Amino acid sequence: MVASLRTGFSFCLMVIASMFALTKSPTAAYAAPSITEFKLDNGMQVVVIPDSRSPVVTHMVWYKVGAADETKGVSGIAHFLEHLMFKSTENIPSGEFSKIVSRLGGQDNAFTGHDVTSYFQRISKDRLRKVMEMEADRMVNLKLADKEVLTERDVILEERRSRIENNPAAILDEQMDATLYLHHPYGVPVIGWEHEIAQLSRQNAIDFYKRYYAPNNAILVVAGDVTPEEVKKNAIETYGKLPANPAAPRAVRASDPPQRVARRVLLEDPRAGKASIHRDYLVPSYTTAAPLEAEALDLLAKIAADGPTSRLYKKLVMEEKVASSAGGSYMGSGLDSGKFSVYAVSADGTDLDKLEASLDSVLADIATNGVSQAELDRAKNGYVAEYIYENDNQASLARRYGWGLALGRSIEQIEGWPDEIRKVTLDDVKKAASTYIDARRSVTGILKPLKAPIAEATPDKSRS
Amino acid sequence: MTTRTSSRKSSPRTLAREQDRIAGYGLAYALPLILAALLFLSFNQPAAAMKIQTVKSPGGIEAWLVEDHSNPMMALRFSFEGGSAQDPAGKEGLANFVSSMLDEGAGDIDAAAFQEKLEDLAVRLSFSDTQDAFYGNFETLTANRNEAAELLRLAINSPTFEKDAAERIRAQILASLVYAAKDPDRVASNEWYALAFGGHAYGRPTSGTDASVKAISTEDLADYHKRVFARSNLRVVAVGDISAAELSALLDKVFGALPEKPDLVPVSKIEPATGGKTKIIEMDVPQSVAMFGFGAMPRKDPDFLTAFVLNQLIGGGGFASRLMEEVREKRGLAYSVYSYLQPMRNASIFSGGVATRNDAVQTSIDLIRQELQKVATDGPNETEFENAKSYLTGSYALRFDTNVKIATQLLGLMEEGYGPDYVEKRNALIEAITLEDAKRVAKRLLTTNDMIVTIVGKPETPVAGSKG
Repeated sequence: MVASLRTGFSFCLMVIASMFALTKSPTAAYAAPSITEFKLDNGMQVVVIPDSRSPVVTHMVWYKVGAADETKGVSGIAHFLEHLMFKSTENIPSGEFSKIVSRLGGQDNAFTGHDVTSYFQRISKDRLRKVMEMEADRMVNLKLADKEVLTERDVILEERRSRIENNPAAILDEQMDATLYLHHPYGVPVIGWEHEIAQLSRQNAIDFYKRYYAPNNAILVVAGDVTPEEVKKNAIETYGKLPANPAAPRAVRASDPPQRVARRVLLEDPRAGKASIHRDYLVPSYTTAAPLEAEALDLLAKIAADGPTSRLYKKLVMEEKVASSAGGSYMGSGLDSGKFSVYAVSADGTDLDKLEASLDSVLADIATNGVSQAELDRAKNGYVAEYIYENDNQASLARRYGWGLALGRSIEQIEGWPDEIRKVTLDDVKKAASTYIDARRSVTGILKPLKAPIAEATPDKSRS
Repeated sequence: MTTRTSSRKSSPRTLAREQDRIAGYGLAYALPLILAALLFLSFNQPAAAMKIQTVKSPGGIEAWLVEDHSNPMMALRFSFEGGSAQDPAGKEGLANFVSSMLDEGAGDIDAAAFQEKLEDLAVRLSFSDTQDAFYGNFETLTANRNEAAELLRLAINSPTFEKDAAERIRAQILASLVYAAKDPDRVASNEWYALAFGGHAYGRPTSGTDASVKAISTEDLADYHKRVFARSNLRVVAVGDISAAELSALLDKVFGALPEKPDLVPVSKIEPATGGKTKIIEMDVPQSVAMFGFGAMPRKDPDFLTAFVLNQLIGGGGFASRLMEEVREKRGLAYSVYSYLQPMRNASIFSGGVATRNDAVQTSIDLIRQELQKVATDGPNETEFENAKSYLTGSYALRFDTNVKIATQLLGLMEEGYGPDYVEKRNALIEAITLEDAKRVAKRLLTTNDMIVTIVGKPETPVAGSKG
């Protein structure tokens, strides 16, 4: 769906890509991996995905907590804690976690979203037990020194500058989310607002950790050259020894009032490149939608906006030539809501009003007249094929199941996805379009180059 | 950013905003790993069970094959020697342009119909280029393999370069260049290569410039295709659900009709400029982005593998590296700081990057320079040296756990002229490197007096005690 405007390798893209893999699973007809699922006595869920092609494993722990669970005023703490989890525990000296993994020939990392936080290692299968011990250890034994907390806070401020402040498209995106979600915490960026990050303390991190990090609020996923029996034995002996925390599960979040007006934001920036228009609609997600509604939105997104065969690309880029590129996507992996997004980059000489009118006419046409059977079939085939391709990659499979379970979906739901996609009818797609492609559910963002140099754009804290 | 792989079509096409819904611990950490995976295609042993076959088709096309029938799909990776270094002067960005045009109409199928066929068959097909080679990446499900291969055959042999499609792609590339001109990472990289390799093909922007892309005609596209796509400069690797006999037939079908030899312009060997230089490119951004580097030994140099281990402990190994420790972990000066070795066909560089707020970026660069000098003078210590080796040998199998990754690794080996057996020997070669070797090669490698630095942003001289 989304590309980084930066040409650097963006870790977040990899993660975003996996978000769309959320509920995507091959069907039995395509030799789906045989998943084993069980629960430890302390409530920790475990999933094992065998793949014996290479003697390696992907070991992930997913916490059912994310940035949208933060207390107002301490934005960024979920992500900050994620960084601090690599510092020290009672058994691991400061900064040693990743170095130990590296010495063992493994790679590790972590990421934070609005709804989930995940830690993982990819390593030779004979080292699995060791990383399970280490991950279980830091679930309960984290120690933080003030000095390392403050230094890491500076790192996160640099991370924010890299991801957001140096990139006008990311700034616009952040402003659009803050506008689309009037009250719900999805309007707060995962990384946090700069002025609040700058105030985060060791105690904030410890409070968040003690509240949410517990085996009964976590899911273990192991994919690779392992048997369910050995994972079970190792899990019982590591994670199984940790106490549950009955208070760990997250609370219900604040919800948005009904939207009554279409919203618009405009960002003029000398770094903007070609003028572009971006539109987000607030729609249901897989966890909030009626049956087949989210699947219909996925298909709608593919037909309307995904790639060179999409309606938007054909009309705006190929026929009318008002855009140099156009596309979009459906993000259905949110716990509380989903988002349907489209964009177009203006062609030389096209004004944005005309571009927006063209974009709206494509969407309105689908809402009124629906899509063709050929388009629907192609979109369905495309999705099913993507799930099959995913079987080639144990890390992708681990993310698929981990993310789905962390949002409360069952293995059956995750694996039933292709069958559900197949059930979607032309009417379902048309209904999804006519119901949700509604300006009153949307925010429109305009990104325009600013020709004249702006006056000293040094960060001004008082403005935020 | 720094590997100079030109953007594929998807880049301009999806030119939109970055949705930063996810933040992670380790962009900085992931980065060197990804770079390493891209650059050192050869340096990890795969699964013990992995068997590499050499296949030669009746038409004389050779390929390596790893059969794996666990999943009903296959990946094919191939390259033609001759990437953007073959772009004529004034037409920089030609190879990149071609890479976006091969699936925009071929044979008697027009662009829109070709794209629809690719989707109907769920074929994954993409092309890209580096300075030295033009790459193809093809994946298909077994059930669609014959029809998918036919599309690949058309794209490789008979791209039509129709006018309308070319203008559309040109507009996308131009839009991406407008953006890139404001992207600190891209600017830092382009300026670095221009300084290091001025006057040589490697010093030119791989995606071209506004003027050069506008100067490219459809005849130029066809001419590049005709000159570069041939059998003698072709390397192919196949992985997945396909037998040797089936692959053999596929090779002849797809590549058999290409001319025997390409018509490549010779590209001279070059050393990056020496003497050291720092260039600041003013841009109104809160965080400065810097790229640094100097020449290194070529891939086939006996010291190269030792330099590779050194890079791992300097800045290629995420948190287990010196630059990360000094710049990020101790001082919080950056989220991302890394180094890498990049052997190209006609030059080799040791290079890296950092991004730090404007008032402290100079401190980051000073620290990096100091650390490189320390390693040059004292060599690595035994612990970090052994740890780096232990990571490099222990993690090798991680690069061989999907069809596409295996194909990418093996293609890199093939391009560098190694045999399939290198995969089995590689870890032993690393294990044999001694600390004394490392100390000697560190002096040879880390020529910090020749360091070229480009900084994009509004760097300020650091204020005393402002280390954050």
